Amino acid sequence: MSSIAENAPGKTVLLMGNEAIARGALEAGVKVCAAYPGNPSSEIIGTLAKVAGEMGLHVEWSVNEKVALEVAAAASFAGLRGLCAMKQNGLNVASDFLLNLNLTGTGGGLVLVVADDPSGVSSSNEEDSRIFAKLGDLPLLEPATFQEAKEMTKTAFEMSEQLGLPVLIRSVTRVSHARGNISLDELPKGGPQPRFDPSRPRISLPAVANHKILHEKLSRAKQRFEDSPFNFYRGPENPELMIITSGSGWMYSLESVINLNLQDRVGILKMGTTWPLPENFLLKHFKKTDRILFIEEVDPFLENNVKETYAQNCIALGLKSCFGKASKDVPETGELNPEIVTHSIQKLLSISYEPRPAGYAQRVHEAVSEFVPVRALGFCAGCPHRATYWAVKVALALDGRGGFVLGDIGCYSLGLGPSGFGQMKTLHAMGSGAGLACGFGQLGRFGLEQPVVAVCGDSTFYHAAMPALVNAYYNGANFLLLLLDNSATAMTGFQPHPGTGSTATGETAPVVGLKAVCEVFGARAEVVDPFDVSATVETILRLLQDEKGVKVLILKRECALVSAKKQKSLYKVEVDQGRCLGENCGCNRLCTRVFKCPGLMWDATAEKARIDEAICTGCGVCAEICPASAIQKEVA
Amino acid sequence: MFLSKDPLNIIIGGVGGQGNVLASQILGEMLLSQGYVITIGETYGASQRGGAVMSHVRVSTKDQFSPLIPEGRCDLLVSLEPVEGLRILDTYGNPGVMTLLNTRPIHPIDVISGSATYPEISKVISKIKELSKRVWTLNATEIALEMGDPIFSNIVMLGALCAIAVLPIHRQGFESIIRGLLPSRLLKENLKAFDKGGEVVQEIWGT
Repeated sequence: MSSIAENAPGKTVLLMGNEAIARGALEAGVKVCAAYPGNPSSEIIGTLAKVAGEMGLHVEWSVNEKVALEVAAAASFAGLRGLCAMKQNGLNVASDFLLNLNLTGTGGGLVLVVADDPSGVSSSNEEDSRIFAKLGDLPLLEPATFQEAKEMTKTAFEMSEQLGLPVLIRSVTRVSHARGNISLDELPKGGPQPRFDPSRPRISLPAVANHKILHEKLSRAKQRFEDSPFNFYRGPENPELMIITSGSGWMYSLESVINLNLQDRVGILKMGTTWPLPENFLLKHFKKTDRILFIEEVDPFLENNVKETYAQNCIALGLKSCFGKASKDVPETGELNPEIVTHSIQKLLSISYEPRPAGYAQRVHEAVSEFVPVRALGFCAGCPHRATYWAVKVALALDGRGGFVLGDIGCYSLGLGPSGFGQMKTLHAMGSGAGLACGFGQLGRFGLEQPVVAVCGDSTFYHAAMPALVNAYYNGANFLLLLLDNSATAMTGFQPHPGTGSTATGETAPVVGLKAVCEVFGARAEVVDPFDVSATVETILRLLQDEKGVKVLILKRECALVSAKKQKSLYKVEVDQGRCLGENCGCNRLCTRVFKCPGLMWDATAEKARIDEAICTGCGVCAEICPASAIQKEVA
Repeated sequence: MFLSKDPLNIIIGGVGGQGNVLASQILGEMLLSQGYVITIGETYGASQRGGAVMSHVRVSTKDQFSPLIPEGRCDLLVSLEPVEGLRILDTYGNPGVMTLLNTRPIHPIDVISGSATYPEISKVISKIKELSKRVWTLNATEIALEMGDPIFSNIVMLGALCAIAVLPIHRQGFESIIRGLLPSRLLKENLKAFDKGGEVVQEIWGT
């Protein structure tokens, strides 16, 4: 398998888009890399962490994206090259710093990679982060292929250094989480000695003067983009339709044109530098056609900005018809795919296209609707979160005052669905459960009688919930905060965090203990193992009915996937079908219908529960909930 | 061996946690070492958590393609779970598709809870046969469980894929990739899983 640190110029390797970005940063001589993990961006810094030792880098998982950008910017201020990576939501967190960093300018090349998640496949939203480039007057590059992801990263470092500005790279899931052939270039040796020049302070004030300087830098970026190799046209000299596209849209457009056999009728203007737009380049290509189709994910960013350029020059250019999201010829929301792009082209040119025989499509649709059950997302077998939500559900029912759970971002967000028994009732940003609880926790004086519960993961706590906890104590909010401590940033690939005792590069680190932090902030904190179901229910119930103020319960149990890598299962679990009373038990099939762990199965022949030995991880929780003691656990 | 089509479109699908990403990555590396241009689109993140997942592997002698295979254009389906095979054919199947299927089901939550039913395996297989040009089946999970860990199912399936000889891949390729990818203590078990998959598929379906 290829290592991204291999110094083998000319060699072709198979790399993921995120690894290609990491390789590009290495080829550019990056020294400091920082991020908070978030899909689809996590592997950029994750990959660099693995080679940090041999490449002589500092690579860290910072507590959040704002700190990560500040860490990378410090390297830049000292003359080194810095890389920061995040997902779209992360840029919201980092934006406060970014929108001042643009005014202070940078020193050593500083590249900020934002990986967007169209359709929100692993996110709470599908925000298009490109708008931040326009908002912050910053140059923006959008890779369309893996090779380009690597090359653009190198270009971004050079540009950043020349302009004294951070440069943004916007990737999307199908670039970041896709893999392809990459040709390697030379890795540089050495690097400058870092030094912060006190005669060159990095201060955003005076704001207006620095804003003006920023605009001058941006117009230099625009000039540079005029002859960028990342922008090119492919197609006939005067196409009936010209597609203007960026990012993932390039491959979808290219393949659609080929599949529809329209190479002689449709041209594609592929844009890699999407802010600021190279005006002269666009004007030259506008002349080729009077019908333009915009293909991009997610918002009509390119579409609107190109139209702005067109409007500015419309007298010279004459009338053009524009198709895209504004005209609803392309869906306004969601991820694109080859079918969507093919359909848009087909409709505009009034041509028919049948991807496969209609009879086949009908037969397969019928088979699927007859046979294929829905496969809902859920917690893994043996996941401590299932046990936690079970205890929460039972405790809230026993309490009987209509208590509810405020949530946030992590694997435990699945608590909103069937495998968390629908317990989680709010979902917004990192740490928002605790923040909302600070508000709900003040409503008692107006007559709110329901107990308020917030859930928050360990990594999320350090990222964004600590200020909420300080706020709760200071302002006297009344709620129970459940800290789901599974000892990993599990959702994004089990990265370490301040509570785990190790760093991104695998070195030993001091542990910032959750309980100690909560107590320093004035909250009373207790710890329980969620696999001890009865103790967890009792503790939650007691804390719900406890006196006023903020209470913290830490539910400590390692992520089942992390445990599985280290040790065999805790228990061997079996269903004694002689004891299982099936539908006659009166338990309403508690283990399968209600608890729903994928490690259990309903044996339709015997009409009893059984364990799926290919899935069960041996946590033993189901043995505790079976009222007939038919599920039995033995220490493995 | 030449590609039967260019690009040749392969989908490796199943349920989150079955190792389809690793399987597609190993397959991609095996094909890369034969000099092909590879594009792989992978499913990650939330969809890993018990959901339906797949990786699209596109193999060409000359070009990179979109990481998503267009509708109806799958040439070879490797499904680690039976109904997931059918689900993938719904979007990507066509009368020319070849299918290699692990016959061991993983019940979705709705089936476990009783609000949906899992079809009889024989019916799923016969539907997949009707909808494919050629089908090979084996119970890869059972083979992996016999070896002591269901985690090997994906490697059993890769061994079977190699043995059905529809792709320009071979055992030495697998061995050299796996040597670079996994710690050496895992090499023997993985090679055993790979070989076992090949043997079983040949026993059932001939060479």
